[in-house]
Amino acid sequence: MSSIWRTLERGVRGNALLVDAGLTCLAVMFIGLSYGAVAVTSGFPVWVPAAQSVLVLAGASEFLFIGIVAAGGSPIAAALAGMLVNARHLPYGLALPPGVTGRGWRRLLGTHLMNDESVVFALGQDDPARKRAAYWTCGLGVLICWPGGAILGALIGSAVHNTGAFGLDAMFPAVILALIVPDLRNRMTLRAALAGAAIALLATPFLPAGLPVLLALAAVLLLARAPSGAAP
Amino acid sequence: MKDGTLVVAGMATLSAGTYAFRWSGQLLRARISFPPRAARLLEAAAVVLLAALVATTALTEGHGFSGFARPAGVLVAGVLAWRKAPFLVVVLAAAAVTAVARLLGVP
Repeated sequence: MSSIWRTLERGVRGNALLVDAGLTCLAVMFIGLSYGAVAVTSGFPVWVPAAQSVLVLAGASEFLFIGIVAAGGSPIAAALAGMLVNARHLPYGLALPPGVTGRGWRRLLGTHLMNDESVVFALGQDDPARKRAAYWTCGLGVLICWPGGAILGALIGSAVHNTGAFGLDAMFPAVILALIVPDLRNRMTLRAALAGAAIALLATPFLPAGLPVLLALAAVLLLARAPSGAAP
Repeated sequence: MKDGTLVVAGMATLSAGTYAFRWSGQLLRARISFPPRAARLLEAAAVVLLAALVATTALTEGHGFSGFARPAGVLVAGVLAWRKAPFLVVVLAAAAVTAVARLLGVP
């Protein structure tokens, strides 16, 4: 782990990365607050959001699980719906260069740390060492902040129920968008991203949660057909 | 909560299934050697996934439209990020614009 800190200490960009990762984790904690609060006000005991936030560690699927079970659905059906939402982690794993998630036993933890935030931070770095450092910093931060927020939210309960009033639900898409903007400056990537977003939006009314986002991958074909000189 | 055992089974299924997804992508990547161009395509694929995630979480709630307040906040954040505003400003602006819009009665 010490090599991660050495990598991050190199220069101003390392500091900027630490600050951005810290702020991302703070935003994750706020979303966790609303998750914990929603879970207990839907009738779940505190240990349910607490255990989910540590063991699943993927917010959208946990919200969905709680929502389906609270609405009277079967927990197994809720788990399958949640897995569909989390299927995007498979292409995430494909996108990460080998070694980013660690080697040997560390990889068991490193694999668990794979989420939207850690992946986007890793992709934003140039060399493998920085990718690994960014991935682990953000991943470990989320591992602390997501359950921390969820447990705190569950304990405060109804006091933070009306998180919509603070606009906290706009934070998650804003965080991810801010982090992919540098990639979107590449015209071909931007085109594919816009096409993917359009596909996902058009599919949302008709398909179960999670599937529209996966369907967006079809837009990558736009890039595959591009001349090799214009590759992303 | 109706049936504790069933809920625990559901939680275990979701946890194990999610971990399996996290593991299997890396496994595939390690088994197959990709030419550099394909590796770049895979990175772009992740960006496309993330962009689709931004679009759906910003604009939709369940199977319908989320209302205007949230996408307005995310749009302002996007413009600020494009103009290289600091990360903190971008994220706080999203929450602030959405909160103010709701305060003014925008759904």
